[in-house]
Amino acid sequence: MARAVSNKTKAFNTAVAGTLAFLMFFPILWVIILAFKTEEDAIRAPLDVLFNSGWTMENFSTVQARSDYFKHFSNSMIISIGSTLLGLVIAIPAAWAMAFVPAKRTKDVLMWMLSTKMMPPVGVLVPIYLIFRDTGLLDSRIGLTAVLMLINLPIIIWMLYTYFREIPGEILEASRMDGASLREEVLYVLTPMAIPGMASTVLLNIILAWNEAFWTLNLTAAQAAPLTAFIASYSSPEGLFYAKLSAASLMAIAPILIMGWFSQKQLVRGLTFGAVK
Amino acid sequence: MGKITLKQVTKDFGTVKVIKPTDLEIEDGEFVVFVGPSGCGKSTLLRLIAGLEDVSSGQIMIDGKDATNIPPAKRGLAMVFQSYALYPHMSVRKNIAFPMKMAGMPQAEQDKRIAEAARVLNLTDYLDRRPGQLSGGQRQRVAIGRAIVREPEAFLFDEPLSNLDAALRVGMRLEISELHKRLKTTMIYVTHDQVEAMTMADKIVVLHAGVIEQTGSPLELYRHPRNKFVAGFIGSPKMNFIEGKEAEKHGAHTIGIRPEHIEIGTAGGSWTGTVGVSEHLGSDTFFHVNVNGFKEPLTVRADGEVDFKYGDKVSLTPHLDNLHRFDKEGLRLA
Repeated sequence: MARAVSNKTKAFNTAVAGTLAFLMFFPILWVIILAFKTEEDAIRAPLDVLFNSGWTMENFSTVQARSDYFKHFSNSMIISIGSTLLGLVIAIPAAWAMAFVPAKRTKDVLMWMLSTKMMPPVGVLVPIYLIFRDTGLLDSRIGLTAVLMLINLPIIIWMLYTYFREIPGEILEASRMDGASLREEVLYVLTPMAIPGMASTVLLNIILAWNEAFWTLNLTAAQAAPLTAFIASYSSPEGLFYAKLSAASLMAIAPILIMGWFSQKQLVRGLTFGAVK
Repeated sequence: MGKITLKQVTKDFGTVKVIKPTDLEIEDGEFVVFVGPSGCGKSTLLRLIAGLEDVSSGQIMIDGKDATNIPPAKRGLAMVFQSYALYPHMSVRKNIAFPMKMAGMPQAEQDKRIAEAARVLNLTDYLDRRPGQLSGGQRQRVAIGRAIVREPEAFLFDEPLSNLDAALRVGMRLEISELHKRLKTTMIYVTHDQVEAMTMADKIVVLHAGVIEQTGSPLELYRHPRNKFVAGFIGSPKMNFIEGKEAEKHGAHTIGIRPEHIEIGTAGGSWTGTVGVSEHLGSDTFFHVNVNGFKEPLTVRADGEVDFKYGDKVSLTPHLDNLHRFDKEGLRLA
């Protein structure tokens, strides 16, 4: 039975929810607005910014002139997609084994992997930094790809594991009875059924890797710096350039926002870790 | 050909012995039903024959060849699962074609067999649908279609009807029996429903706690149950068991008498009692009668519509030819 809610309560709830949503979205909205203002306008009183100033595209060209956006953009692409694909190569067999041939300690291994995500990354910064320094991986895309793959690997394995677990074992057994070899079973039965899950895993991990700032800031300088490092370079000790910082931020988050927008459905499924069908 | 022989087969899961040493012969073309209460090991036994589980010890022979270590894909058996286990991303046509595709059968032959199976199973109009768009009964037919197209040595059915509603179950039961008569292929069928076992089987294998209690034709088991467990499990409603003085009169620890072997009347019988709950089915009436001097009420069947009310005094006459006698261990006395 549906619970009865009066129209008044409904209107009130909608207003509260709308206000909260606006408050949460406001910083992003402000960044978008400031990106199109001059530096002088950007630091005026908020109402003046909104109603008493013109619009400009000049920030974007200044930012592009000062630092090569496309270099950072391609670094972000390579690192986020690369680390996700590399992660899949390791995670698919791991999740397959844990979902379909679980051992006594499988649950413990899964929990242990997840527990690494509870550790503050700064706790291992020094050893990793030293390893990177000694192996020449500092400020390299390969090194960053490897680190981001490792920090997101537990999540990739967990997500794939839950998706694989949703596939009924009897269907795989049926394919075995139907004469499918292990390769055919994986190719014709398991993979097609797991594709939606894999897609949302891939999307979520690209986003996580794209937005990763701690490791990218600490392990890169000029060469391998992705867009997160590119934004950070605009908060300088000589003073803040709000308009340019906003323009840089907008340029950095736009690609991933657009991708996220178009893949919302898959992402919701991904974020609920396969709990909802 | 599909003769299947089990020699001293066992299965342990950790320290739990699910199947105790078991010997069984299944003749070519036989319809064998494994029946027993849940957890008796009947599905495990089927999965051992299928190769989906490995035996802990013993040997499984299919057509005289040792199949113990052959993977399921190579045993030449087809299986129908309780959950149907159709491939949800494939159309009905592709589901049915899958085993033939795996066997590398020429396309023309595949199409011919799909058309034939679809015709037999009334699926012709549904070939291009996905399993999700079918009803339970149709899904089960697709699962059967997928099993028959490859012409296996034997069919294995793992409680195939338990997800269907009662009316559909009776219909599918007939269809499967019909299929067996036509194909004459060995079928092994697992169920917990003794009515399915009685109506379909050439041979019933009654399992209990990982042990075969008795093997035989439905009527053999009905007439000559080897022990109390089989006597109680086969037949519906259940056989009545009577212990104590009445049993001693017949020289047994327990006597058993089926509801259909007791006559109910107003006077002249050897047992007297009062009527409890009665169940009127139209064709039969079942009375639960509290007999003076017995611990448990007896179930009694009467033909057609017989009108005794709750609390009526009645008299019962058992057919002594159909009385079963058991010793203290529950074994049948000759």
